[in-house]
Amino acid sequence: MTYTPIEVAVDADTKGELRRGYNADGTKAKRVKKRLTSRTATVVSLIIAVIWVIPTFGLFISSFRPEELIKTTGWWTIFQNPGFTLDNYTEVLFSSSASAPQLGAYFMNSIAITVPVVVFATVLAAMAAYALAWIPFKGASWIFIGIFALQIVPLQMALIPLLQMFTTWLLPIQRAINDVFPIIPVQSYIQVWIAHTIFGLPLAIFLLHNFISEIPGELIEAARVDGANHGQIFLRIILPLSVPILASFAIFQFLWVWNDLLVALVFSGGTADVAPLTQRLAELTGNRGQEWQRLTAAAFISLVVPLIVFFSLQRYFVRGLLAGATKG
Amino acid sequence: MTTADLIGKIVQLVAGIAVFAAVVGLILFFIDRAPKRGRDVLQLLAFLLPALILLGIGLVYPAIRTAIAAFANSAGEFVGLDNFVWMFTQPEALITLRNTIIWVILVPTISTIIGLAYANFIDKSRGEKIYKSLIFMPFAISFVGAGIIWKFVYEFRPAGRDQIGLLNQIVVWFGGEPVLWLQSPPVNTLLLIVVMIWVQTGFAVVVLSAAIKGIPTEQLEAADLDGTNGWQKFTNVTLPGIRGALVVVVTTISIATLKVFDIVRTMTGGNFETSVVANEMYTQAFRALEPGRGSALALILFVLVLPIVVYNVRVLRQQREIR
Repeated sequence: MTYTPIEVAVDADTKGELRRGYNADGTKAKRVKKRLTSRTATVVSLIIAVIWVIPTFGLFISSFRPEELIKTTGWWTIFQNPGFTLDNYTEVLFSSSASAPQLGAYFMNSIAITVPVVVFATVLAAMAAYALAWIPFKGASWIFIGIFALQIVPLQMALIPLLQMFTTWLLPIQRAINDVFPIIPVQSYIQVWIAHTIFGLPLAIFLLHNFISEIPGELIEAARVDGANHGQIFLRIILPLSVPILASFAIFQFLWVWNDLLVALVFSGGTADVAPLTQRLAELTGNRGQEWQRLTAAAFISLVVPLIVFFSLQRYFVRGLLAGATKG
Repeated sequence: MTTADLIGKIVQLVAGIAVFAAVVGLILFFIDRAPKRGRDVLQLLAFLLPALILLGIGLVYPAIRTAIAAFANSAGEFVGLDNFVWMFTQPEALITLRNTIIWVILVPTISTIIGLAYANFIDKSRGEKIYKSLIFMPFAISFVGAGIIWKFVYEFRPAGRDQIGLLNQIVVWFGGEPVLWLQSPPVNTLLLIVVMIWVQTGFAVVVLSAAIKGIPTEQLEAADLDGTNGWQKFTNVTLPGIRGALVVVVTTISIATLKVFDIVRTMTGGNFETSVVANEMYTQAFRALEPGRGSALALILFVLVLPIVVYNVRVLRQQREIR
């Protein structure tokens, strides 16, 4: 899922339908019982569902099979050729031999890249969205439309010049930090953080603006009458009320950054100091495309976190998707 | 990873967030104490400028630079349309363009059709949520992960040996010879497209399913009273009712498909005639050190999504006027 979430505008009716539909899940189901749900439909859906699950399932099973078995027999013959081992996982995660994938470091990198980016993008976008929605000024509408349009600019357009700028301006700063704090390597996370934050901002501002601008004006007026300033209003009123949409966006951004490969390839330098899991995985498939005992376990390690996030927070995720927002 | 490395990483993580929190905190603290004169402007700037500056230096300015660089060679000299001539005449570049077109036609169409059928079939059935989760799951994982999952499905073993890739095993079960799928054009491009469809269909299902539920029950009951069969009801009531959502799904998947990079990169590296514009852009700019050609390809990508941008901006402006 390494692609910019974008908002595709739909007309107000459709939006209403989407929202109503999602909320009315339970109640409407009772009213109309059977529509197209015939036996054929059930069979077809079952087949589609099975086809969709089997590839992941096969990888999962294989990741627990010993090397000789993975390489010589199909995972569907697991009952004829039984074998269970956790060696694949321990090897890819902890083995320190030079040829091993050493995923531990990359896993940590993925976390250290993703978590701050989610914080940065969400906070900066919330501030900008608040300004656009509640501080009246000329041109607010145009800035908003401009930001909206930016979502769809392919980030490929920005890569080369941004990298050049980082090398010219940011690298000296990174070196200076390394001089003072040797524990922080020259190739630090700063470049990847900034790049991801920037690429996440347009969708973030758009989503949050839609929500924040719907907050009742009386609340904000009342706070102003009581002498609150914009800073206080933002912290005490806007942020607490926007928690649902902040959560939705944060999940998007989390999955997007965690799953990204392109930005990582360009801005991380490719070393174990910074590069995330996805980059290491892509390398492994390239160089050691036949080492399935490693690839299966490694792939599954990279999938675990997004899957946990996805299954535990699916409600928020779907809400973000349907909040007039769709992604691509 | 040594312990020192780990500590270094954690220090960076914590320090990064702490510095950011301190800066934002200071901004919010000081603007509330800004001098009365011009306070409104200061506050506006404090809220808006950080994001705008980042967007300016990170997206707007680079995009302009890229657009200009598309007309220069690797030494930075102006070469007119040479990069575009290269793109539209060299066989490899032409294959890239052809593949991108195949991708952008097949992926949105097939994902949407499967998604629509599936959403319609599972609507109000028992276990609808589980059905939806199963097909939506690939959407949460990375393209790299998806690439590995499917590479395993397409894996090849010579005839006579046990197959470990499911696809070749199925071929063998039906009495065929195993094939080196990913190395055989043109079928390999289609097999990469399957991966993208696998990822995107869940998105189509979730959005379309919500739209189907939004269709007024009265219309469906009226159709029932008129004695329509399932198919007639689908084409006459359901389809018109979800037109807006269909547009959303198709355009969104189209844009995602145009930018597809990771799947190709992971599964074939763009070899064996499978490259697409986004992958070729990366290869030219960062591997072949031809930033001019890379920029030209990026520009093409932009031109391809431009109609969708214009359409969406128009819809958005209409909405804002209504409000």
